[in-house]
Amino acid sequence: MQAFEYVAAQTVPEAVAVLDEKGQHARILAGGTDLIVQVREAKLAVDWMVDIKAIPEVNILTHDSQNGLRLGAAVPCYQIYDTESICENFPGLVDATKIIGGTAIQGRACVGGNLCNASPAADSIPPLIVLNATCVIVGPDGERELPAAEFCTAPGQTVLERGEMLVEIKIPQPPSNSSSYYLRFIPRNEMDIAVVGAGAAVTLDAAKQKIVSARIALAAVAPTPLFAEEASTLLAGREISEEAINEAAAAAQAIARPISDMRGTAEQRTHLVGVLTRRALKGAIQRVLDA
Amino acid sequence: MARKTHVQTQLNGEPVEFLCEARQSLLEVLRDELHLTGAKEGCNNGNCGACSLILDGRLVNSCLVLGVETEGKTVETVEGLAAPDKLHPIQEAFLENAALQCGICTPGFIMSAKALLDTNPNPTEHEVRYWLAGNLCRCTGYDKIVRAVLDAASA
Repeated sequence: MQAFEYVAAQTVPEAVAVLDEKGQHARILAGGTDLIVQVREAKLAVDWMVDIKAIPEVNILTHDSQNGLRLGAAVPCYQIYDTESICENFPGLVDATKIIGGTAIQGRACVGGNLCNASPAADSIPPLIVLNATCVIVGPDGERELPAAEFCTAPGQTVLERGEMLVEIKIPQPPSNSSSYYLRFIPRNEMDIAVVGAGAAVTLDAAKQKIVSARIALAAVAPTPLFAEEASTLLAGREISEEAINEAAAAAQAIARPISDMRGTAEQRTHLVGVLTRRALKGAIQRVLDA
Repeated sequence: MARKTHVQTQLNGEPVEFLCEARQSLLEVLRDELHLTGAKEGCNNGNCGACSLILDGRLVNSCLVLGVETEGKTVETVEGLAAPDKLHPIQEAFLENAALQCGICTPGFIMSAKALLDTNPNPTEHEVRYWLAGNLCRCTGYDKIVRAVLDAASA
């Protein structure tokens, strides 16, 4: 691996100062499961690695029904799925954290890093989008917030400007009779990258017969994870039915613009968007019905 | 010559100090600086699990941890498992079940199994298989490995 300097920042301003001074030659080290591989394989030239794991703000993990979930940018996957109230209230996010890499990867990899790595196939981003997550970004000019759906701009590219870092992800408490679900298609059982991923969040009425609102998001079918807006809004107010779910799946297929690569053809991916959107919606609905 | 950092860590229950460059992984530090060659380098990119060990109580791939990151941390490797005159029950179970052939993946599997049994002493076969999904065995002795872990759990 190329030589670089390592700095373990103790505070957000300290990390921001290094990032601002060094610009693109500095990278944030959190779990390191993407960054260290990219540097070792010389896909990324880095002169400074800024380890943020000693900073209290990026390790925050709190949940209550008033403030929802506060997820520090460097909280590893296992802490998410080991927290019972997160499993109960944000199961779609938990689905994703359980399938990112194997156990050893989940011991280090974090959702904040999954966002910042900005892979089109990132498993945790569709759940963040459907759960209305907000990214808290701090830079030399202060703090700003942005919906998770707007964070990635291209493969490997994000909205982060020079000196900025993702500090926290905030997810509002879902209304009652809500749940979420994420799944992906891979040709094996574990340890693979999504050919297509689909996340859904639904809120049902008190009788659990109608969909009050729904959100659907897709991975690996465009340069960034996508919010499927029309597929989501057309479900509002509809009775739970195969017909409504099929309409949403068709609307999700309509916005997919996948490429063909070694994992699958564009045609297969478009087909999978329909299948996975239906399964994600049914999975989220079933979780509300079972609650 | 790149600058070296002085790191103090707890390794298999003993305080250890070493010098390393920022670019050296924990795996490289263990093997090249501390001469502990139990953890193996397989893929060196987080796919094979041959370098699995336990860092602050969690299973990690040591090829994806920098040596400098372990300042003040607790590291457990396969060298720390056996007592002077007695193998660890997981090691015994691997021998009894013939759960190894060439042996390259074995230290990683054993540390992964230890991390599992430390948190879940009575896993189902399904749980064992998913937990070990990040450890690859190219002699393909998976069934024997899974049986060894289940045996160690019930021992």
